Amino acid sequence: AMEDVSAKFVSQKISRTRWRPLPAAALQPPDLFATGSWDNEDNRVSIWSAGDLGNAGLNGEYHGEPHLLCDIQHNGDVMDMQFLDQERIVVASSTGTVTVFRHHQNNQTLSANHRWEKAHYHVDQDTSCGGAACTGVVCNNPEIVTVGEDGRINLFRADQKDAVRTIDNADSSTLHAVTFLRTTEILTVNSIGQLKIWDLRHQRNEPSQIFSLAGDRVPLHCVDRHPNQQHIVATGGQDGMLSIWDIRQGTMPVSLLNAHEAEMWEVHFHPSDPDHLFTCSEDGSLWHWDTSTNVSEKPSFLHQGGRSTAYLSHSTINQSVVSAWLSNDPTKDRMEITNLIPNQTLSVNSLDVLGPCLVYGTDAEAIYVNRQLFA
Amino acid sequence: MDEPDTEPPLVVVPGADPSARQLCFAWGPAEVLVCETLFGRAGGSRCRRRSRSPSPSRPRAEGRAGAAARALTGSVAGTGEGAPSSSRVFVVRRDQDIYIQTLRKLFNESHGIFMGLQRSDEELAGKSRKAQLVQVSKNYRSVIRACMEDMHQAAVSTRDPALQGQYSTQVSILSAMELIWNLCEILFIEAAAAGPLLLRLLDWVRLHVCDVDSMVREVLSSESPSKHKLFWNVVDIFVLQGRMDEARHLLSKEASANPTSMTMYKILDDLMKKMPVPSLGNTQTLTELELKWQHWHEECQRYLQDGTFASNPHMESICKILLGDEDAILEKRELMTTWYHFLVTRLLYSHPTVKPMELRFYAQSSMDLFLGGESSPEPLDMILMAAFEFEIHQVIKECSIVLSNWWFVAHLTDLLDHCKLLQSHNLYFGSNMREFLLLEYASGLFSHHSLWQLGVDYFDHCPEYGRVYLELHIERIPLSTEQKALKVLRICEQRQMHEQVRSICKIMAMKALRNNRLGSALSWSIRAKDAAFATLISDRFLKDYCERGCFSDLDLIDNLGPSMLLSDRLTFLGKYREFHRLYGEQRFVEAARLLLTLMTAHIAPCSFWMTLLTDALPLLEQKEVIFSAEQTYELMRCLEDLTAGNPDKQKFQDDDVETTKVEMLRLALARNLARVIVKEGTVEGS
Repeated sequence: AMEDVSAKFVSQKISRTRWRPLPAAALQPPDLFATGSWDNEDNRVSIWSAGDLGNAGLNGEYHGEPHLLCDIQHNGDVMDMQFLDQERIVVASSTGTVTVFRHHQNNQTLSANHRWEKAHYHVDQDTSCGGAACTGVVCNNPEIVTVGEDGRINLFRADQKDAVRTIDNADSSTLHAVTFLRTTEILTVNSIGQLKIWDLRHQRNEPSQIFSLAGDRVPLHCVDRHPNQQHIVATGGQDGMLSIWDIRQGTMPVSLLNAHEAEMWEVHFHPSDPDHLFTCSEDGSLWHWDTSTNVSEKPSFLHQGGRSTAYLSHSTINQSVVSAWLSNDPTKDRMEITNLIPNQTLSVNSLDVLGPCLVYGTDAEAIYVNRQLFA
Repeated sequence: MDEPDTEPPLVVVPGADPSARQLCFAWGPAEVLVCETLFGRAGGSRCRRRSRSPSPSRPRAEGRAGAAARALTGSVAGTGEGAPSSSRVFVVRRDQDIYIQTLRKLFNESHGIFMGLQRSDEELAGKSRKAQLVQVSKNYRSVIRACMEDMHQAAVSTRDPALQGQYSTQVSILSAMELIWNLCEILFIEAAAAGPLLLRLLDWVRLHVCDVDSMVREVLSSESPSKHKLFWNVVDIFVLQGRMDEARHLLSKEASANPTSMTMYKILDDLMKKMPVPSLGNTQTLTELELKWQHWHEECQRYLQDGTFASNPHMESICKILLGDEDAILEKRELMTTWYHFLVTRLLYSHPTVKPMELRFYAQSSMDLFLGGESSPEPLDMILMAAFEFEIHQVIKECSIVLSNWWFVAHLTDLLDHCKLLQSHNLYFGSNMREFLLLEYASGLFSHHSLWQLGVDYFDHCPEYGRVYLELHIERIPLSTEQKALKVLRICEQRQMHEQVRSICKIMAMKALRNNRLGSALSWSIRAKDAAFATLISDRFLKDYCERGCFSDLDLIDNLGPSMLLSDRLTFLGKYREFHRLYGEQRFVEAARLLLTLMTAHIAPCSFWMTLLTDALPLLEQKEVIFSAEQTYELMRCLEDLTAGNPDKQKFQDDDVETTKVEMLRLALARNLARVIVKEGTVEGS
């Protein structure tokens, strides 16, 4: 299926790629995505059109390549990025600032809508107060949670000037990523191999639960939870290992799966078909983990490139196979693993999946769009 | 071995004035620092400052290859304008194209091709290996072309004339690079043999010389094409490029518009149709071709001498061209625009079976004839000439001098090296030419804010000095975020660069420590297995505890795991925290045993013993007896060791608080001993 991938060299190292979420009743596949760059003298947040679905254009030419719709300068590296809604996107900066950008679709421009300066910061021994990189952001409109190198957790509201809640020194090591577990609970991972649950309703500045890797405390870099089975959580570590946790039981992962040869930067369950999981890594690979047992059982929309029945929830189907993620030896017979980039050399920093579409970005300054993931 | 160039090229550093002040230099891996000294130039006077003519006293920057220095650009750091007394430092970079935004696409995409080539299978047998190498070459060229198109688009869409000029210059440089690369591909990589060689050269000319298509469209779209003023020009261009079918198609328009010339046209058309051409397959031998060609040539000759075309000078001139008449071809100089087009046309109609090694003679004479002494050859002409002469090293050297980037020579040389064409060539400074050029290119990448990651892989494929270069460069990468540090660290770890791993972790740990992030600091030193630093951080934790009476960062200390064994102090920290936990959980016996072990097994540093003994106080005061008699004796010995062995005994005794503490401890120990003796006696007696 490599022929379905279109690439574009963009002259900036890409740290994040995110599909714009689709309206609830949408049947068409995603068409717009955002990227953020890092390690440039001039970093940018950009909005791209994914290009045609492979249909011939009016002049019979093929518009396969993603093309730039608009972009805006961003102060510092883009560390993380998340769409708040159809128009707004929240961006975490290495300067510690968190910015909400608005994409104006009528005239294709981006503007800074709101900004929390130095939401993350260090209190230097010598009085001065320096920004600390904000490493992760997650949104559940209107709530925004950010974590950072300062071990701080911030809870913002899109329309409020000040933070709703701040947990200073929530973690003594660097928090690398955050995601929502439920509407009031979040999950964080840190640089000493811990997965923590925080209940934002409680005023206590301590996690409600701590899970951790046994043995060497390998740093965890990314976290995602199963979209339908909220007790199943996946994390990726510095050693490239994929860990699956069942947060209902124990304090250690249910399974450790050997995966990449270097840092796993992102892990994502497929939002509407969570039998599929995607991971990308510093080693330049992007893996597709498939636990759907039988090819013929695949939901029909996967074959049709996202027409007709796309994006209906398939929870009934998922119920039967979901245990695949929790089975003791998932590698044996039920999981099919494919590396989607065989010859890449530089890091794949980010990926996002939505419907039949995958977008990813690399340190080799290229973005790739695959519109027929399951073809 | 190459001789160093006797006359290295001049480098003018804009703003530096060597006629007024003496300059000093410092070479860096990718840049040169040029500094104005306080010393005036002997005999120099102020009025010479603005002199622009090169004076004999002007310093020369000598590139290590001699060839490198033309690619230098200057930028001024520090103050300058209007402050004649202050000295300035100039940063002179060796590769200016690295900083062109649009070219980043070229650098990144070609990096992938380069890596593919390094991984490619050297064991492949002759033919398929050659096909593979030719494909790699074509891939490189297509990247250049794509970049050229982008640059062209940028030039068209911008309104800023300065920028437009810049883009146009880049387009012409890229186009020259592709022209040279393509010729090298034909001659060196594919090494086309007599016959196919001419076909390849024709393709090369068609691809690069004067775009005829727009002219054809203009002619064909006019009402009567044959009356168009460019009609014969287009026909001639087709003939000169050997595009016979297209030429005949156009000529047929003339014939239908002008019936009187029908006979003449038919004869010419027939001649053009019959012209024998080399085939790419093995369908005919060279001898067969030469025989056929001879016959055809004689036929053309006959018609010309007959005066068949006498009434139409256009057709007559075409017939002369078919016969390879040099004067007739040279008359069309304007249509060919370059001497190498002339060369290929000449070969097509006089020596279609030219052998690679004969090219040099025709190339030289074609250039002489074409330029006719009116203009002197440009650098591009010299490079192409060197290629036709099969002087590979000369090609690379000239390109290094002329082009403002290392990208071209580095990648071309690497490819030629993979074709095993450069093997016996060593340079006077040590490594071979391939490695030298790759090192220069990669150093340029490392001097760039973002492109440094690409440079790593190039250094990896330089067996001689790559490692040393990487070590030097990687230390200069600013570690702005932990994420970036992790990426740099990964590069070092993969290559077992222990020294650099330690230094990166130490820098990051120091940063974290300064920011009061003890947990982060500790995880960095654990990653580097830096015991000394782990000890330092543990001491900070303990100091914090002593000052505040409670532990910070419990989430970390409670979960040290096996990393606790990294340093003794860290072990102590972990165990001491465990003591507090046991105490908190009212597991007093276990807590007491652990506390004592910390001292008797010398896990605790001596400076901390007093704190530990003080921690024992509440245990001694418990209702129930916790410490056994033996344990109490050991505690007493610890206390006596501490008070006796203390070098600051004087100070110790002067300190009232400390004295009271010791007295209290002695009392508590004595009382505990009394209680335990009673208790143990009772237990044993019963």
